[in-house]
Amino acid sequence: MIELLAAQQPDWLRLVTLQDYNARVVLAGTSLLGMACGLVGTFLLLRKRALLSDAVAHATLPGVVIAFMVMVAAGMTGRALPGLLAGAAVTGVLGMLAVVAIQRWSPLKDDAALGIVLSVFFGFGVSLLGVAMRLEGVNAAGLSSFIYGKAASMLLADAMVIGVAALLAAAACLLLFKELTLLCFDPALAASQGWPAGVLDVLLMGLTVAVTVIGLQAVGLILVVALLVIPPAAARFWTDNLRKMIAIAGVVGAASGAIGTIVSALFARLPAGALIVLTAASLFGLSLIFGRARGLLWRALEHRMLSKRVARQHMLRAIYEIAESSRTSDARLSGIEIPITAVVSKRSWDEKSVAADIARLASDGLVTRRGDAVCLTRSGEDEAARMVRNHRLWEIFLLTHADIAPAQVDRDADRIEHVLDESMIDELESILEAQTARIPVPESPHLLRTAEELAK
Amino acid sequence: MIWTPFDTWIVITAALSAMACAVLGNYLVLRKLSMMGDAISHTVLPGLAIAFLITGTRDSVPMFIGAAVIGIATALLVQGLSRYSRLDEGSAMGVVFTTLFAVGLVLITNAAEHVDLDPGCVLYGAIELAPLETRKLFGMDVPIAAITNGVMLIVNLAFVGFFHKELKVCAFDPEMAESLGISAGRMHYVLMTLVAATCVSAFESVGSILVIAMLIVPGAAAWLLVGRMSSMIMVSLAFAAGSAFLGHLSAITVPGWFGHASTSTAGMMGGVSGILFAVTFLLSPRHGLVSRALHQALLSLRVAREDILATLYRREERDEAAAGTGAGWRNRLAERMLLAKGEIIAAGGNLRLTDSGRESAKSLVGTHRLWETYLVAEGGSATERVHGAAERLEHFTDEVLRGRLAEEAGHPDVDPHNRSIPK
Repeated sequence: MIELLAAQQPDWLRLVTLQDYNARVVLAGTSLLGMACGLVGTFLLLRKRALLSDAVAHATLPGVVIAFMVMVAAGMTGRALPGLLAGAAVTGVLGMLAVVAIQRWSPLKDDAALGIVLSVFFGFGVSLLGVAMRLEGVNAAGLSSFIYGKAASMLLADAMVIGVAALLAAAACLLLFKELTLLCFDPALAASQGWPAGVLDVLLMGLTVAVTVIGLQAVGLILVVALLVIPPAAARFWTDNLRKMIAIAGVVGAASGAIGTIVSALFARLPAGALIVLTAASLFGLSLIFGRARGLLWRALEHRMLSKRVARQHMLRAIYEIAESSRTSDARLSGIEIPITAVVSKRSWDEKSVAADIARLASDGLVTRRGDAVCLTRSGEDEAARMVRNHRLWEIFLLTHADIAPAQVDRDADRIEHVLDESMIDELESILEAQTARIPVPESPHLLRTAEELAK
Repeated sequence: MIWTPFDTWIVITAALSAMACAVLGNYLVLRKLSMMGDAISHTVLPGLAIAFLITGTRDSVPMFIGAAVIGIATALLVQGLSRYSRLDEGSAMGVVFTTLFAVGLVLITNAAEHVDLDPGCVLYGAIELAPLETRKLFGMDVPIAAITNGVMLIVNLAFVGFFHKELKVCAFDPEMAESLGISAGRMHYVLMTLVAATCVSAFESVGSILVIAMLIVPGAAAWLLVGRMSSMIMVSLAFAAGSAFLGHLSAITVPGWFGHASTSTAGMMGGVSGILFAVTFLLSPRHGLVSRALHQALLSLRVAREDILATLYRREERDEAAAGTGAGWRNRLAERMLLAKGEIIAAGGNLRLTDSGRESAKSLVGTHRLWETYLVAEGGSATERVHGAAERLEHFTDEVLRGRLAEEAGHPDVDPHNRSIPK
C-alpha cells in the first residue's frame, strides 16, 4: 500500500490539489453528478420508489450497446458519449414504462415488476454485448466501463457532458421543489393546484432516468442506484425537515462523488463505481451513528439519560414511601431516618447501585446521608411528594377505570409516572376528583411495608 | 446450426440452475420479496470473496457457507435498518446491497491476481465452458456444474415439499402462521439462506443477473397463469426449463441471422424469459391484458344486445316502430349478432322482435321492473331514481336470483312506474 502511494504520489497530489485542469473538470463532474442524484433520490426515497432507479439503470445496457453498434455501422468510432447516453435513455425509458405497465395491468406487485424488468433488460444487454464484443475490427472494451464505472479516467469532454447534464437535472429538481414535495406528501393538494400526481410522477421518473443515465459512466449501471439511495438515506438521520434533508442529501452525494473519484485515481486498479459507493456508504455509516435526529449515539444518550432519571425518581419515591409508612404522626417526612437496608430490600436493588443513586440524590440536595441511614431534605420531600402523587393518581386511575388488580398497579404505574406531563395530571385529577378525598398525596391503594418489615 | 452433445449439456446445466432458482422464486414473488432475491444475488459476491480470502480455496463448501452467512446477514441488515431508521424496505435494501456489492467488488479485484474470480464472470457466468469440467457419474461424463445445480434443485424441492404447508401459510397469512406455532421469521431466514446458496451454485454457470431473472420471472409468470401453489411451482419449473432451452437455441442461432457469431447463453436466457413473460402478461387466461380486454369487450357486447332487445320490447309495448337502436360500432355489431341469431328481424327498414327474441326481452324487462319494485319497496329508494340501478343490475341477474327477487318483492304485477311486469 505504501509503495503504491509512493509510486502514485505525484498524480495523487496533482489531483487532490487540483493542479490539473483535467482533474478539476472530472472532479466537478462527479461532484455535480452526486449532488443531482442526492436531490432526485430524496424524492424517490420519500415516494418509496428508491429501487426504480436500479431497474432503469440495468435497462440502459441494451440501449448503450445498440447505440454503439449503430454508431459503428454508421462509420463512427462508437465511443461518443452523447450518442451512448441517448441510447441508454431510450431503453431506460422503455424499462420504466415496462415497470409501470406490469404494475398497472397485472396483479404482480412493485417488487416483481422491478425484478423482471431489471433482469430481462440486462439479459438482452448482455446478449447484445456478446455480439458487439465479437464484431470484427471494433474495440468494444470501453462498453464494460458502463457496467462498473470509471470515474477518474474519464475523458475531459465526457466529464463536461456529465457535469452540465447533472446541473440541469439538479436545477429542474429545485425549480419543481414545491410540486415534488406535494407529490410526496399530499398528491390531492398538488392536483388541486394544477399538478395532477400523474404528471408529477412522470416528471420525477424523467428526472430519475436522467440522473441514472448520466451516472452510468462514472459509477456503472450496477451501482448507480446507490448514489440515489444512500445520500438521502443518510440525510434522514440528521433531520426531519425536507428542505434540510434535500440539502444534506445533495452535500453527501457531492462529497461521495468527489472523494470517490479521488480515491479511484489512487487505486486505478479497483472499480471506480465501487469506491464511490463505499465512500457514500461510509458517510451513511457516520450519519447512522452521529446523526442528530435519529443517530444511534444520540438515541443511546437520550435513552441513558432517561433511565438515569427514572432510577433517581424510583429511589426518591422509595425513601418517601418508607418514611411515610414509619411515621407516627402527621409530622413532615423530612428528617425521618431510614436505614439503607430498608431501601435496598424495598425493590430488591443491589447495595452498590442504591449507594450510587443516594449519593447522586444527596448532591442534588434532595436527601442527606447519615451513616447507615438516609433522610429526605425539605426540597427532597416536596419533589418526592410530587412524584408519589403522580404515581398514586395513576394507580387509582388504573384501579377504578381499567380494572387492574391492586397487586399489579404498582408495576404498571411505575412505567408511566415518569412521562406524565402537567396536562395529563390535570386530567387525571379531574377524573379522580370524585373518588379521592385527599388530592394532595392520596393514600397508596395497596399495602406499603414499613422500614422494620423491610429490614427483616 | 450444429447441435452437439456439448449443447445438450449446456442446456441441461442451465435448465437445472434455472429450475433451482424458480422453485424458490415462487415464494419470493408471493411474499413481495423479489427485490430481496435481487439484493441477495448481489451480496453473495462479498460472501464468496471473504470465504475465499479466509480459506484460500475455491472449494464449494466454504463458498456455500460464506454465501449462507451473507444471505442471512443481508436479510437481517435490511430488516434492522428499515425497522430502526424508518426507511422503507426498498431503500434499506438499496443501501445494504449496493454497499456489500461494492465491498465484494473491491475484495474480488484484489483477490483476482491469485484466482480466476473476475467480476465479469460473476455477472454473466460462463455456461459455455461448463461442459469442459466433468466428473464420472453412472458411467457418464457429467459436467460438475450440472451436478451442483442438480443437487441444489433437489434440496430446494425437498425444502418446498417438506414445508409445503408452513411456507404457504407464511406466504399468505403470517399472523395466522404465528398462531399455528410456525415461526414466520425462521421460515424467512431459511428461505433467504437457500436463496443465497442457490445463487452460489448458479453463479458459475449462469451469472448473477440471470439468477435474478430465474428467481423472479418464472414465479411471476406462473402467478399470472395459475392459482394453486403446487401448480404454480410446476408451471414455474416448466417456464425455467423452457427459457434455458430456448435461450441457448437463440444464443447460437439468432445472431447468425444478422451475420454475427453466437452470443452469451445466459443473456439470451434472460431475454427469452422476458419474451415468454410478455406473452403470458398479454395472453394469460386469468390475468392477461388481452384476455381481460376481450372479456370486457364480450361483456359490453352482451350488454348492448340486451339493451337493444329491451328497447324494442318497450317500443312494442307503446306501439312505436323502431328504425334503429342507436349509433356506434358496438350497437351496430350487437344488432348484426341479434339478426344472425334470429332474435330480431329487419322488416321494411324497421327492426322487430321475433318470438324467441321477445321471450328473452320479456325476461330482461321483467327482471328490470322486479328490481325497480324491490329497490323501492325494500331498499327505500325514490321511484324516479331506481331506473339507473335496475338498468345495470338486469344484466347480471340469473334465473335463481330473479326467482328470489320475485319472492322478496311479493310477485307483483306492476312496477313502481305502473308498468306491467312480464312473467
